[in-house]
Amino acid sequence: MVNSLQIIGIEKIYDGIKVLESISLDIVTGIVISLVGVNGSGKTTLLRIISGLEIPTKGSILSKNSKLRAQDLRQISTMVFQKSVMFNENVYDNIAFGLKIRGFTKEEIDEKVSKALDLVQLNGFENRKAKKLSGGEQQRVALARAFVIEPEILLLDEPTANLDPSNAIVIERVIKDLGERNSCIIILATHNLHQARRLSNEIVHMHSGRILEIADPEQFFKHPSTTITKKFINGDLQF
Amino acid sequence: MNLKLSKKDKSKIGTKTKVIALAILVLIIIGSSAYILSNQRSEQKQHLIVTTTTSLYETGLLDILKIEFEGQYPSINVSFISQGTGLAIQTAMRGDADMILVHDPARELEFLEEGYGVNRKIIAYNFFVIAGPSEDPANIRGLSPTDAFIKIKESGENTSALWVSRGDDSGTHAKEKRIWNFAGLDVANLRTQDWYIEAGSGMTATLKLADDKGAYTLVDLGSYLNNYATGNIKLEIIVEAGKDTLNVYSVMANNPQKSELIGSNFDASMKFINFLVSDEVQEILAEFGKDKFGKPLFNPYVKLLKSGSDQEMVQWIQELAYFDGTECPTQYRYEEGDLYKFIITVTKNRIIEMPEVLRYSYNFWRLHQFFRNFQCLKQL
Amino acid sequence: MLETIIEAFSKAIGLILSGDPEILSIAFRSICISGFATLLSCIWGLPIAIIIGLSSFRGKRLVRSFFNAMLGIPTVALGLILYLLLSKSGPLGIFRLLYTPLGISIGQALLITPILVSFAGSALESTDVDIRDLAKTLGASNIQTNFKIIDEAIWGITLSIIASFNRAFAELGIAMMIGGNIRYATRVLTTSIALETARGEIAFSIALGLILMAVVFSITFLINFLRRG
Repeated sequence: MVNSLQIIGIEKIYDGIKVLESISLDIVTGIVISLVGVNGSGKTTLLRIISGLEIPTKGSILSKNSKLRAQDLRQISTMVFQKSVMFNENVYDNIAFGLKIRGFTKEEIDEKVSKALDLVQLNGFENRKAKKLSGGEQQRVALARAFVIEPEILLLDEPTANLDPSNAIVIERVIKDLGERNSCIIILATHNLHQARRLSNEIVHMHSGRILEIADPEQFFKHPSTTITKKFINGDLQF
Repeated sequence: MNLKLSKKDKSKIGTKTKVIALAILVLIIIGSSAYILSNQRSEQKQHLIVTTTTSLYETGLLDILKIEFEGQYPSINVSFISQGTGLAIQTAMRGDADMILVHDPARELEFLEEGYGVNRKIIAYNFFVIAGPSEDPANIRGLSPTDAFIKIKESGENTSALWVSRGDDSGTHAKEKRIWNFAGLDVANLRTQDWYIEAGSGMTATLKLADDKGAYTLVDLGSYLNNYATGNIKLEIIVEAGKDTLNVYSVMANNPQKSELIGSNFDASMKFINFLVSDEVQEILAEFGKDKFGKPLFNPYVKLLKSGSDQEMVQWIQELAYFDGTECPTQYRYEEGDLYKFIITVTKNRIIEMPEVLRYSYNFWRLHQFFRNFQCLKQL
Repeated sequence: MLETIIEAFSKAIGLILSGDPEILSIAFRSICISGFATLLSCIWGLPIAIIIGLSSFRGKRLVRSFFNAMLGIPTVALGLILYLLLSKSGPLGIFRLLYTPLGISIGQALLITPILVSFAGSALESTDVDIRDLAKTLGASNIQTNFKIIDEAIWGITLSIIASFNRAFAELGIAMMIGGNIRYATRVLTTSIALETARGEIAFSIALGLILMAVVFSITFLINFLRRG
């Protein structure tokens, strides 16, 4: 059980390029953090490292002073990708995958899947072929698939990018609900400043692989501390 | 609400069909494995593999012989593999067959001399004929085979006729080459010429090629009649059978004394050879094809010897296919039992064959005669 | 000429409908021999395909190229090599596989293994890379992830198996050289067609050819039906 996460000095080098540099964060359970920044600022890479899908070149992630390795992170966290990936099965089996490998019984799985579909407003979609759904529906399935396993860390990479407003609303509502339950850490990468303001308790501005600013939404928008952050808020930076 | 239910139901039915179909697949897999493995050489049955010529195989005679033989010997399973004579002999030399049934005396002798074969017996004979287009562009009707060959070459060279050869190292091919040689022609040279077409195939395919091209070809009478009657070809017999086109079929068993042939089924081979020379089977050979073509495709040799009816034919056969005055010289016999007893051979006009003892006595008597004459001469 | 073809076709249909026992046994034998060959090639080929498709190792490209090259081997060449090996005077002669159905099965299995390995391997390799990440982020272990990838590629793999069977079923070179076309023992559809055509029995050959194609089509339809279900 993780009730806090310390990310210390994370650095990542790809093909000789430093993609992340001295990233440090302290996170407490129940919090919703938004990572904002232009493309290429390193948001996705950081999310992948926290989710255990990549290993940092330097630095570590701790919880209560014990180091979490990549495989530990994979167990306690889950990530929703920017472009939804569906298994070649129906919606039920997609959502049930995480539960099946955790050994839940059929009845338990039935119940949890049903509830999850309810939450993302996809009731009755159990037998539809996941790959045949629309982009928005797929993303909702992906979200349901993620929170149904009740992860301690939920990571979302631009979950509503490219979605029409009706789908975006449903997803935001779910994220807000999950956030209010205080049961996990939610880290969300987004372009959308308004979304960041709406959903998060804390906003982290990343630029060129570094953290420029960490603040609560009100502070962030009213009193940004660096020039780049100011420019970013004003929309002057290139995406 | 309704929509939700019906979608769920549909998928349930789908799964059932899936399961059934999968079960069918699994059945097929298990079934085929069982078939394959059970079919493997069960040790109860003996196996006899006979390699033979395509001309014999394609007449269908062997199917009948197989049924008869397995009727008499239910524990033996006989398989015929049809290959050209050349390949048939090689297969036996490799030990992949137990015995051979072919029609090329020269190579049969090699087979014996190189120690691969024993107990050769001549089973049957027929004739080759030259078949060709009814118009007979080379004008060979009525000629002897050798003369006909010469004329075909001449016509070929002035493009009025074509020749199709088996070209596959078979007994028929060997016969054809022999006739070219008698005619004083060099086959290697002929092969390069445009009118000489090599089929490289079995007898039926060769005939069909000749038919298609309106060419002449050498064919054993059995295959000719067979293909003519079934309407495969429109060629006619232009040059009839003669001494030069005699075609003699013999069997030989693998020599079990040869180290690489130790695995050969000698016992079954001998049973089959004795089967072939038996009176009943010689009758079958005599009758085969009569109902279909009016005349038989083969002539039984053993029956001919026993009846002594056509001495000239016997003489021809012996000139063509005997070695040292016998079907199988004694050094190439092995556990032959009664195979060579009480049958007849030739000395000049009278046809006599004797058991070994009598033969030695006869030779001794002749030697004695010789020395007596010699003494007379000396006295002179 | 057209009349003879039409005539032959109608004779052929008549032969099939009459249920001539020898034709049926030849067809059955063909299915069993090639079916068993497919089974054998799955046993040793699928593990190789899985290793190629799911992991990376030194020399992987070499192995891939090897199997791709073997795809084109002419059946008579392979048949000849096996014939020399399996002959009683050859190194593998003691197994006495020549002129037996099992011998043909093994020969065909060797023929179709490159097909299975190449196509199934490709099916696995081309499974979305993201699937691996997805499985991992949902908490799957390495083994579970690999199984999931195989799961995702299962139709591609099934199609490879079907393609392999069809290749074995319709090939002539190996069945002829290793089997010897012995009646009642190793005579299969393809060798029968060759024999009967050489004998001039066109109607019979056509009947056999129709059966051959019917089997191939039926299996393909069956699999597609399963997929849609």
